[in-house]
Amino acid sequence: MRPVSSWGRLSAAPHDVVELADRDGVGAALTGRAPGIAYGMGRSYGDECLNPDGPLWSTRGLDRLIAFDDATGRLRCEAGVVLRDIQRLMIPRGWSLPVVPGTQIATVGGAIANDVHGKNHHAAGTFGDHVTALRLVRTTGETIDCGPDKEAGRFAATVGGMGLTGLIAEAELQLKRTPGPWLTTEIVPFAGLDAFFRLSEDSVADWEHTVSWIDCTSGIEVRGLFLRARPAADGGGRRHRTRDRAVPFTPPVSVVNRLNLRSLNAAYYELGRRKPGVRIEHYEPFLYPLDGIGAWNRLYGPRGFYQYQCVVPFEPGPQAIRDMLGAIAEAREGSILAVLKTFGERRPPGLLSFVQPGITLALDFRNSPGVLGLFERLDAIVRAAGGRLYPAKDARMPREMFEAGYPRLPEFLPYRDPGMSSAMSRRLMGS
Amino acid sequence: MQDRTRIVVIGATAAIAEHCCRLWVQRGPTDLVLVARDAAKAERIATDLRVRGGAGTSVEVMIANFLDTADIVRVADATAAAGRIDVVMIAHGVLTRQENCSDIAACRESLEVNAVSPALFAEAFAGHFARADHGTIAIIGSVAGDRGRKANYTYGAAKGFLARYAEGMEHRFAGTGVAVVLLKPGPTDTPMAAENKANGRRLAAVEDVARTIVRGIDARKAVVYAPPIWQLVMLIVRHLPRFVFNRLSI
Repeated sequence: MRPVSSWGRLSAAPHDVVELADRDGVGAALTGRAPGIAYGMGRSYGDECLNPDGPLWSTRGLDRLIAFDDATGRLRCEAGVVLRDIQRLMIPRGWSLPVVPGTQIATVGGAIANDVHGKNHHAAGTFGDHVTALRLVRTTGETIDCGPDKEAGRFAATVGGMGLTGLIAEAELQLKRTPGPWLTTEIVPFAGLDAFFRLSEDSVADWEHTVSWIDCTSGIEVRGLFLRARPAADGGGRRHRTRDRAVPFTPPVSVVNRLNLRSLNAAYYELGRRKPGVRIEHYEPFLYPLDGIGAWNRLYGPRGFYQYQCVVPFEPGPQAIRDMLGAIAEAREGSILAVLKTFGERRPPGLLSFVQPGITLALDFRNSPGVLGLFERLDAIVRAAGGRLYPAKDARMPREMFEAGYPRLPEFLPYRDPGMSSAMSRRLMGS
Repeated sequence: MQDRTRIVVIGATAAIAEHCCRLWVQRGPTDLVLVARDAAKAERIATDLRVRGGAGTSVEVMIANFLDTADIVRVADATAAAGRIDVVMIAHGVLTRQENCSDIAACRESLEVNAVSPALFAEAFAGHFARADHGTIAIIGSVAGDRGRKANYTYGAAKGFLARYAEGMEHRFAGTGVAVVLLKPGPTDTPMAAENKANGRRLAAVEDVARTIVRGIDARKAVVYAPPIWQLVMLIVRHLPRFVFNRLSI
């Protein structure tokens, strides 16, 4: 038994961690121990990857590549391979993962189990759209291969299935051609949601990546920085150095708090506003800015933090976003990590995939006494707008909220592996 | 310097060795010979390294009994006959729990795997390297070899034996084209150390340890601590007076 936390660091309960190292030995490691859940890099924020006092199958050691076809871009690998590993290896060879979330330090298995999206959703869909096959090992020891054309129902349940259909041991991914590691990027300061929507619309055709940072203290007439990027042919002689810095210890209290929330946001806005315009940048600092600071989650102090990420349909999305921003500003909570983005019309492949056409808002909140009350207000707005919350980020949504947001849940349940169970699945599905 | 690097890894399924191999194949054309006990495991690693290295890489697997002198000689002779070797990395070992060593058979096995076998491999390759006047013999020791501790003195003694062996070989090859490098990782996050992790010890990332080791081998340094901070830590630990050391539960 050893203490294990997820990214939000809200708990550190003891777990019986079983290290998987041999892809042919997964079945043997699963049988007789269930119920438990797979654990990769622990980048989901809440209790999705936790199973207090029970088994946790760590996939860190399942990090081997199995095959790569240079002509077609098909990569087969074990599920514990970290996305950054693939990117750093393949981009110099002219291939890239088509979809990567805001951190590259997640595993392939985790990316599938959450059907993650990136800043290029409108152009590329979700991670699951590029999975051509996967191997699932059930807690009975049985191995099942599935894909979009093989056992399609099971595949749709597994993509975005929170690890509950069995342990994803291997996957085959379709990479896409890339000219190299460079991006043409632009920062456009904006004021007001209307300006944000205009920028989003104008960027769809010519910019592969779009996202915007918002000042969550600015209220209904939100101000922010719209960031967009597209692949560049070359870096114009630039060189990139990866710098691995990390937060060395957990400060006794959250570095972000009520007292400095407004000034931190204002400072961040001013810094961004002063470097507008088009430039060439390496993909890593643009797409994964926080990966450059290891263990940044410690900044919220020993009590940890929540992330609230919702998506609301385009109609009545803008009003819902306004209402939420108003409630957040009024509560004087939030952080400097607030993100607003529009998703494209493409429907995701998973039965429980988070993405739907609409607008997504994501904010971090330090774990403070009032924050759960604020979440209830936000939940009400999201539900009324026909939206839903992202399980990968969640640690507290009520079961009714989950059921209302994920109407395909009844289709999903028959595919569950009864031996797979997490703190989250017990909270949201009762088992 | 030739354009391809040829590296023989003894105990290639050890996590540190595997990560060193990843770094080697990713930086340039490399010919690897992976020597291991477990064929299935070694093949999985070889496949991974071939994908990572791409067209410039060749990876061969050789299965051997590490405690069999004839096998040790066979591995050294065969790999040396197949072409000039730039690096032999001797990486195998097993972290035996000290309390298990009261079983004398287990204690003997630990000493044979961690001390005798690596030294015999080093000796078997040394002759070939001397004749070629070329190559680096890299031996994975441990910070545990720097001072005997109640927590793991059988393992520590074996690693300390390797340190002395490497030191002697380094003396033997001083001024020649052969280098001897002793690598001393601290507690590292590998499957071998899973138990340490369960006890809440802070472990170094295996990627970082591998990076330090590969750099140390490139630089042909006689002794490399990984991560480097252990050099300072062990300097202190080695010099603690006995009356202090014996009161510590380290």
